[in-house]
Amino acid sequence: MVQRLLDVKGLKTYFYTDEGVVRAVDGVDLYIGKGETLGVVGESGCGKSVTALSVMRLIPQPPGRIVEGTIGYNGRNLLDLPPAQMRKIRGKEISMIFQEPMTSLNPVFTVGEQIAEAIRLHEGLGRRDAMAKAVEMLKIVHIPNAERRVKEYPHQLSGGMRQRVMIGMALSCSPNLLIADEPTTALDVTIQAQILELLNELKAKLGMAIMLITHDMGVIAETAQRVAVMYGAQIVEEAPVTELFKEPLHPYTQGLLRSIPRIDLAATRKQKLEAIPGTVPTLRGDVKPGCRFAPRCAFAKPVCTEATPPLKEIRTGHKVACVLY
Amino acid sequence: MPEPLLRVRNLKKYFPIRGGLFSREVARVHAVDDVSFDLMAGETLGLVGESGCGKSTTGRAILRLIEPTAGEVSFQGQNVTTLDKRALRALRKEMQIIFQDPYASLNPRMTVGSIIGEALVIHKLAPTRKAREERVAQLLETVGLLPDHLRRYPHEFSGGQRQRIGIARALAVSPKLIIADEPVSALDVSIQAQIINLLEDLQAKFGLTYLFIAHDLSVVEHISTRVAVMYLGKIVEIAPAKELYTNPRHPYTEALLSAVPIPDPTMRRKRILLEGDVPSPINPPSGCRFHTRCALRVPSCSANEQTLKEVAPGHWVACQVRTGVATK
Repeated sequence: MVQRLLDVKGLKTYFYTDEGVVRAVDGVDLYIGKGETLGVVGESGCGKSVTALSVMRLIPQPPGRIVEGTIGYNGRNLLDLPPAQMRKIRGKEISMIFQEPMTSLNPVFTVGEQIAEAIRLHEGLGRRDAMAKAVEMLKIVHIPNAERRVKEYPHQLSGGMRQRVMIGMALSCSPNLLIADEPTTALDVTIQAQILELLNELKAKLGMAIMLITHDMGVIAETAQRVAVMYGAQIVEEAPVTELFKEPLHPYTQGLLRSIPRIDLAATRKQKLEAIPGTVPTLRGDVKPGCRFAPRCAFAKPVCTEATPPLKEIRTGHKVACVLY
Repeated sequence: MPEPLLRVRNLKKYFPIRGGLFSREVARVHAVDDVSFDLMAGETLGLVGESGCGKSTTGRAILRLIEPTAGEVSFQGQNVTTLDKRALRALRKEMQIIFQDPYASLNPRMTVGSIIGEALVIHKLAPTRKAREERVAQLLETVGLLPDHLRRYPHEFSGGQRQRIGIARALAVSPKLIIADEPVSALDVSIQAQIINLLEDLQAKFGLTYLFIAHDLSVVEHISTRVAVMYLGKIVEIAPAKELYTNPRHPYTEALLSAVPIPDPTMRRKRILLEGDVPSPINPPSGCRFHTRCALRVPSCSANEQTLKEVAPGHWVACQVRTGVATK
């Protein structure tokens, strides 16, 4: 049993808007072991990014609020920490990279200054030493001509380079946990391959844990050890990666895997894609009781609309929230 | 040999970059640079490549939504590039486009009925209001929406439903050719499959021909009969879909295919990692445009302009090393 680095229990994050309450995260349990990569997969609006922002305590408040739950990190509940202490953890012990590397970098500072800022704040280094460390970080993320690039502004870099800068910044204080929210979604496929390779390399080198949020099952298969599938603000299935792909249990996971075209099966006979009917549920307003996938589920029974099925462990490490099991 | 539905020859589109005192042209973006291909009736040609490779510009230049700089596009033997406005408008009935972003491509102030019915009015395809509404209702059913949706506005629909509206709008004039520009890339995974299946069903039902532009290689493989790979404004390889995916010959196609993450954790492939980024199309590399990142390059690659050569029936590759004509 690996030691749990992050242990989220019963997390509920709601947004109180003029049009009603949005239950963006509605009872999420998940954990990440030391040095482990947890993949969190789900479609837009399923609550995966809000889960990550809740862990970082970066939920804009108001309108958002963490209404219930605990976020255990190294034996402490992050939700109990005063802001000053949280600031010492955020960016140092837990850091985050985002989907859009252009909007998450400040356009009026050089990339070196932006990396050095975190180093000076958390490591207490002087300006000159922090800049030297920034150059070193750019080398670690394989940016050529690091000495020159460190003086450049974000607009002078390509998308892939910017994401490398973001990763360099996030790793500059050697975090225990890196939260990567769709880190390659905005990038081209050949650049995506470079970035995923880099993340895997750095994880092996630095021994950090990664929470990788994505909608791409391919990215999950190639990087995660364990996977949590989210649907409608809740986790519907959790399993080791090989098991999830070999034997998905939840009808949503099954449908998701069957609805993606498979390039690796190009040589075999063409089959029609099995689409999941209907649309992704809205999380705004009153939530009806029952399983949130039931309206789109081929196996739905009357009982499915009565109560939300709990996440049950069916086999060691394989949990599913479905009345079929 | 049957006549192709669409024939594209030496299509070029350069965008000027203006600057300096009198906004003179200081440079040019070589967005599409000498692209040629044929599209046969009833087939789907997938056009793939990374962002900025010119695939969308190719699609738009074919329809003359942007004016091509040079080259010839003929549709059913008729030269599109020289048509005047009136004749072009008539031809638009035959060639339609579906856009990527279902949020930006529908006018939020118009009802679904008037969005889809607009083309019917312009092309005088429905003489009365009643006939128009009937046709719109029929189109909505065809794309899997309800006929009474025609009085609603775009904001009342989800992304997948909006893309269905966009498809219904394209179908309204009963076109022969549809250029689909990244039609599913803005959609969620579970919705993507719905739209891909719909496009396939419509093709079978109406005998449509598709030019399917996308960056997602898995989606393109699934829907296409043939696939063309673009890099920096040029087609580097074109082949029947199965052939291209199982036997890629251009080093760029190989790298592209090997970079696609496979949703199977037990598969471990050898990945070809490309060095660096795509060079700028303002000053594209000389000779073969891929030579700056290519593992196979020989010195003459930076000097010799590459042309497509047939290596197997219907399989064309623009690589002098792979086609065995490299000169040291």
